[in-house]
Amino acid sequence: MKLKKGIPVIDQGNKLGFWGGKFGGNFVPETLKKPIEDLEVLFNKLKKDKKFIQERDKYFKNWVGAPTRFIKLKNLTNHVGGAQIWSKIVSDANGGAHKIYNATVHCLLAKRSGKKVIIGDTGAGYAGKMLSMAAKKFGLKCKIFMGAKDIARQQPNVKAMKKNGAEVVPVYSGSQTLVDAVSECMRFWVANCDTTAMCVGSTVGPAVFVRICGWSTSQISRELKVQLIDQFGSIPKKLKLYNCVGGGSSSFGFWNEFMDYDKKQCEFIGVEAGGPAKSKKHAAPLTYGSKIGILHGAAQYVNQNSDGQIEETESISAGLDYPGISPLHCFLKDTKRARYTAASDEQALEAYKLVTKFEKLRPSLEPSHAFAVAIAESKKLSKDTIVVVNSCGDAYKDRGILEKRLGKKYVKSN
Amino acid sequence: MLNPISVAFKKAKQENRPALLTYTVAGDSSKKQSLDILKSISKNADILEVGVPHNTPVADGSQIQTSAYRAIKNGIKLNDIFKIVKDFKKFDKNKPVILMGYYNMIFQYGENKFLNKCKISGVNGLIVVDLPWPENKNFAKKCKKKSIYFIQLLSPTTTKIRLKKIIKDSHPMNYFISMLSTTGGKLKVSPNDILKNYTKIKKIDPKKEIVIGFGITEKTIGKLKSADGLVVGSAICKEISKSLKHRQNPVTNVSKLVKKLKSKIL
Repeated sequence: MKLKKGIPVIDQGNKLGFWGGKFGGNFVPETLKKPIEDLEVLFNKLKKDKKFIQERDKYFKNWVGAPTRFIKLKNLTNHVGGAQIWSKIVSDANGGAHKIYNATVHCLLAKRSGKKVIIGDTGAGYAGKMLSMAAKKFGLKCKIFMGAKDIARQQPNVKAMKKNGAEVVPVYSGSQTLVDAVSECMRFWVANCDTTAMCVGSTVGPAVFVRICGWSTSQISRELKVQLIDQFGSIPKKLKLYNCVGGGSSSFGFWNEFMDYDKKQCEFIGVEAGGPAKSKKHAAPLTYGSKIGILHGAAQYVNQNSDGQIEETESISAGLDYPGISPLHCFLKDTKRARYTAASDEQALEAYKLVTKFEKLRPSLEPSHAFAVAIAESKKLSKDTIVVVNSCGDAYKDRGILEKRLGKKYVKSN
Repeated sequence: MLNPISVAFKKAKQENRPALLTYTVAGDSSKKQSLDILKSISKNADILEVGVPHNTPVADGSQIQTSAYRAIKNGIKLNDIFKIVKDFKKFDKNKPVILMGYYNMIFQYGENKFLNKCKISGVNGLIVVDLPWPENKNFAKKCKKKSIYFIQLLSPTTTKIRLKKIIKDSHPMNYFISMLSTTGGKLKVSPNDILKNYTKIKKIDPKKEIVIGFGITEKTIGKLKSADGLVVGSAICKEISKSLKHRQNPVTNVSKLVKKLKSKIL
């Protein structure tokens, strides 16, 4: 299995949509074959269309707010005393997380295809919130599927979705989290694909959704590349990019533009959700060697039992609480382009405490996982190493959990 | 030897009626009960579809999901399902049995091992909801070698060119999904329109049997009886749920329902 240079990773799949010949694909009910093919044709055409790209860039700049900041975390760097720790503050984006890129592109595609309704899944509520914002912006009716457990633990985002006029559909089946929300969303699409567009909230699902999402979030690394050159004159000789990985949309977007660099110069570190330290359950299929299986239309490493039933996950972070992982990340793992590890709930909370103590930055629980590993590894790294952590979400949505786990003072600060 | 599925269609044609196909989930609500249900409905059903429950089903509506979760919760495993089929075949060896499920379970079991086990247990056909054409070409070939029908699904969204290609590669039986819906949705298309689509598909290769499924109930089955076969699934799963809720015996209730369904297509 080999990563090709000079070709975007999203376009390195084979005819049937498999990366490395075995990750991804289209394991979908017959009814969805046609709408997926239509979407593929549309996307393949538009991603080469200069006017469409101009339109996308216009919305990214004026509405999403590009570029998001790239800042040095001076106090944290001094405290840790190793590598320089920087952060790309993607949570600056309109709505407070990277999910806005994919949501915007899906709404633009839906408009082009003449669909009036757009549906989506959500875990932490960011994908849903952003889709509801974009749908409102582009005049589409919006329906969001969300696990009942997630609705309870991510109320601020639920309120935001409703305020944007979206219908939030609670999903009570299975573990009542993201995995069930995606299933229910796909089921709704099976029944309504003639009138409705579907947005999959991460780089998961049938191949075309993986590609659209990866193409959209790559905005993050396009900006970062320019910012690094502005700051350092060129791409630093020792660059390490840390990102949390749930479905894998923010990390893929954070890394994409650096794919062709040698990994000795530019290393990618993906941090999965290890779950509570004392629990055997986790959401880290790459770290803990889960077997390849089929989930939501794509072959990927996925937590499952020997019979092929998908296993329940556990993580403090709703956005990472997913048993599978993007086929793109399976591909990056097996080609050894990226390295994957996990942080536990407790480690993420500690990292959150440390970052908020030293910096005017409040990463949500998802990027706090990435901070945990970045901080631990930075200690051992030289001062000329540039560590960049993607702070891809804001902790506002987590205030309930943070208050419960850490006490009130961590919620009030900044 | 002719596959019992084809024999069942022949027999139904001789009686001038469509074949009745039932769908029940293996292990719902227990291993024994699901076997008892199969035994009790086999005199009225022509072909038995046995659902392999999966916990992330992307094409099933709430009735079948409920049945599937109930079966999984009660600990059903693939090997138990093979045993149920085998035990059933001891009771009625000529009644065709089709397993219907999602690909990951076959993938984890191993395609070859799965098909060997199907053969030994007496499975006559397979429906794999999320393994569409052309992705299923290889697996379908393996099925053919074992004389197991791989049943292709056709949908109202399947384009004409695609229909022709699928049917050309297909085995003697195919499954037409009546409408855009998950299983058990309310019939939102008139039976006449469904039959119009069915006839178009049938014309492509009249020798291939086409059954219609999704949304068929006691009320609608009679209006579709010109088809080669009709599948009722969610309505049966619903009957099981209802029986359990009212502390009644699902076996007798389902048996009665299937008898009634049969009477509507005679």
